[in-house]
Amino acid sequence: MKKQDIPQDESNLQSANMTEMLYVTDENNNYTTAQSIGWEAKKAALDESMELINERIEEARQNVANNLVSPIVYFMELNKMDMQVLAAYVNMWQWTVKRHAKPKTFKKLSDSTLKKYADAFDISVDELKNFNGK
Amino acid sequence: MKINFEHHQTAHCENGVASNLLLNRGLKLSEPMIFGIGSGLFFVYLPFLKVNFAPGFSYRPMPGAIFSKAAKRLGIKIKRQKFSNPQEAQKALEKNLEQNIPTGLQVGVFNLTYFPEEYKFHFNAHNLVVYGKEDGKFLISDPVMDFATTLSETELEKVRYAKGALAPKGHMYFPTHIPENVNLEEAIKKGIKDTCKNMLAPVPIIGVKAMRWVAKSIPKWAEKKGTKVTNHYLGQLIRMQEEIGTGGGGFRFIYGAFLQEASVILKNDELKELSKEITAIGDLWRDFAVDIARVYKNRNSKSDIYNKLSKSMLHIADLEEAFYKKLRKAI
Repeated sequence: MKKQDIPQDESNLQSANMTEMLYVTDENNNYTTAQSIGWEAKKAALDESMELINERIEEARQNVANNLVSPIVYFMELNKMDMQVLAAYVNMWQWTVKRHAKPKTFKKLSDSTLKKYADAFDISVDELKNFNGK
Repeated sequence: MKINFEHHQTAHCENGVASNLLLNRGLKLSEPMIFGIGSGLFFVYLPFLKVNFAPGFSYRPMPGAIFSKAAKRLGIKIKRQKFSNPQEAQKALEKNLEQNIPTGLQVGVFNLTYFPEEYKFHFNAHNLVVYGKEDGKFLISDPVMDFATTLSETELEKVRYAKGALAPKGHMYFPTHIPENVNLEEAIKKGIKDTCKNMLAPVPIIGVKAMRWVAKSIPKWAEKKGTKVTNHYLGQLIRMQEEIGTGGGGFRFIYGAFLQEASVILKNDELKELSKEITAIGDLWRDFAVDIARVYKNRNSKSDIYNKLSKSMLHIADLEEAFYKKLRKAI
């Protein structure tokens, strides 16, 4: 890429006052570096991925409201986690977490188990227990 | 306490940490040099491993591999430590700082407070340097950032003990021995040979062959999984390709800069020409990303668009194969 072709498209980087560094070639075809504030193609991919996450969060919220899944699923999605990552954070097997994702099992969980989830989501046990999706 | 440490922004975190740590010890090697000697160019496709609800693609080798390989080829010794106890991890880090040793850390990105929201994912192979502690806060040189930052004790512990795939487990590292005379020529040659070997590997999940597998899968995803899933997979492909620190086009340009430097050191003009060639291939990777982005925008795009993307990627794979074959002969 030539230095003059470097994209300067508005992007998510600005929210953190960041620019990114790229290796580009100058007029004599020699390598140098230059800063870019963002690139539309990359922003499109990030936006798509955020959109998908938001859809999943909304779906989880509705499922909690309809008593199909436990609040664990909602907070898992909210924290961009999947079962594997969540299981690692609470130090349990994935199949245990899957059971806890059912509303019936969730209601019977002890406070110490709930605390593990609450810590993983950085919320209080009450917030976790009382979330009804409505 | 604050160690005299120069923060330099780089294009990729691991090269950056390596290059900044070595500079601190008096060995001046550019980011492209570390990247080239450490054989940073790579491609792997793991169709059955799901990351962010898409198959696993990576344009980079295993975390830590670039610095480890570069160090080995340059005769540098690195000490690496992991800790099961976070308090011990913090103590060991503080002890290093007291001894004036800037220290590299592997961290998870999700809880990095200074990152933009969109970049916070459960990705655990990011690298940064801690070079001091002031007013209870650690001084952080994150090589993808324009400026040095800070993290509190709790914040640093969170990112050092991020969980999930490639969990860092408090991983810290720093050079302990740097030889007086570094044999740069030999190291460069070894780095190049290794890259050619990997990219031309006769295995379907690595290198050029893996690129072809992905390319051929694109129309199949569209047929079997539908537009939405396919677009998400392609999005993941661009993100792995062009996001901070990982890279398709970006990595080709770093490699181009490496070959240019190498051509001077090895007095080999052919490498200069190959530098131009990989730069042109890098441009094609970026065009490919733009084409994918266009697919999102026109959601009701024609069905042959996926065939076209597949063809573009196959074309890039062909060019890369020819490139590595020439490169292998040039040294």
